[in-house]
Amino acid sequence: MRIPCPLCGERDAAEFSTIGSAPPPRPSADAPMEDWHAYLHLRDNPAGLHAELWQHIHGCRQWLRVMRDTRSHAVASAEACRP
Amino acid sequence: MRYSALALLRHALTGNRSWTPAWRDPAPKPAYDTIIVGGGGHGLATAHYLAKRHGITDVAVVEKGYLGSGNVGRNTTIIRSNYLLPGNTPFYEHSMKLWEGLEQDINYNAMVSQRGVLNLCHSDSQRDAYARRGNAMRLAGVDAELLDAAQVRAMVPGLNLDSVRFPVKGGLLQRRGGTVRHDAVAWGYARAADSRGVDLLQNTEVTGIRVQSGRVLGVETTRGFIGAKRVGLAVAGNTSRVASMAGLRLPIESHVLQAFVSEAVKPMIDTVITYGAGHLYVSQSDKGGLVFGGDIDGYNSYAQRGNLPVVHDVMECAVQLFPSMSRLRYLRQWGGIMDMSMDGSPIIDRTPVEGLFLNCGWCYGGFKATPASGWCFAHTIATGQPHALNAAFRLDRLASGHVIDEKGAGAQANLH
Repeated sequence: MRIPCPLCGERDAAEFSTIGSAPPPRPSADAPMEDWHAYLHLRDNPAGLHAELWQHIHGCRQWLRVMRDTRSHAVASAEACRP
Repeated sequence: MRYSALALLRHALTGNRSWTPAWRDPAPKPAYDTIIVGGGGHGLATAHYLAKRHGITDVAVVEKGYLGSGNVGRNTTIIRSNYLLPGNTPFYEHSMKLWEGLEQDINYNAMVSQRGVLNLCHSDSQRDAYARRGNAMRLAGVDAELLDAAQVRAMVPGLNLDSVRFPVKGGLLQRRGGTVRHDAVAWGYARAADSRGVDLLQNTEVTGIRVQSGRVLGVETTRGFIGAKRVGLAVAGNTSRVASMAGLRLPIESHVLQAFVSEAVKPMIDTVITYGAGHLYVSQSDKGGLVFGGDIDGYNSYAQRGNLPVVHDVMECAVQLFPSMSRLRYLRQWGGIMDMSMDGSPIIDRTPVEGLFLNCGWCYGGFKATPASGWCFAHTIATGQPHALNAAFRLDRLASGHVIDEKGAGAQANLH
């Protein structure tokens, strides 16, 4: 698996670390518990394109929002982002 | 047909020409009392215990491929019940007891081999943690022994105890743990369920779940609609996909776990060894190949194949532990899709949809749980209530804060 880092070019996935799905917006502090439960625990877990956060830890250390197909591991896009 | 030494002899004398298929290949009926989605270990075990313990034989197991084509044929065949937390220990110990009587129960040779499972520790604090876990196990009636380095050295020749960075300080041994021939578990449960009238529908993929007024009516399949009063899902890595057909969003991520087998060699490891400083578990199959695996790859996947960084990592751990393995070639490598839950523990429960039951979240420890999972899931489906053994494995436990987090890793699926 190779990830096209916008700063370093296409690099091997071993240079990156992932924290998984790109999280939805964080609920407000006074949001009901169900919203926090959904934010923290529930996942769409799609078989197909999946938005996720990777960091180029052994490169430029940039955080990336990566669109990747979970059926083939093909990376469709990688954009710099703030986690 | 009952299998026995006498039957073997009789068939041998008649040229092995009269063996019959182990199960039927029936056409789907329009409706069943209960449908189990997923013809893997857990689904087939559920069908067996539904028929045997609860007398519910109007059951179909619906499988998209062939029986046992998923994780029950893709694991490293290890069984153990060395868990720490009260929600887990009795359940896995029940599973171990069912393994011990499995072959008599289903009249099938599953090659249950209680060769022991030895978890190595590499620091004083890790030994303390193992002592604590061993004590918790013994309090719950599970066997556990804490070994020192000399005992480990005597037990496992060829093991590198004297690594400068990660010396082996000892280990926690469960002698009743071991390995089981994984495919035979699927085949044995399938045959036992079929013999009691359960229909095993292979190459039948579920494409929808029909729900009306909050009640399940049956499943849409590639062979048409099949009605059912109760539907149980035991589909491992495909749980999120199938449950979404009934409108459920679950605390599950699908991840790929790789496993490996080496070329066959003479007897080298007569137990199951796990490495505590990296992550590796290794045993030797009866054919002689070393069967081993490590961590999941760490990213969401439905691909049933992984990538090279984990291969590299697992091989490094293997060679660090058994330097002689550096001269072996590995023969095969494969991947399975794990239903990783948010606290690392499974779910066997009802769902908000009346008549729809859920069995998932096995992370990468589902094989050892197969008998108890089927046993408890059958009980939950038959009675509508969880058994005391799976009372902690509720679907709503994350929302209410009753997590069962053996690793203490939090809601980060790829760390469990």
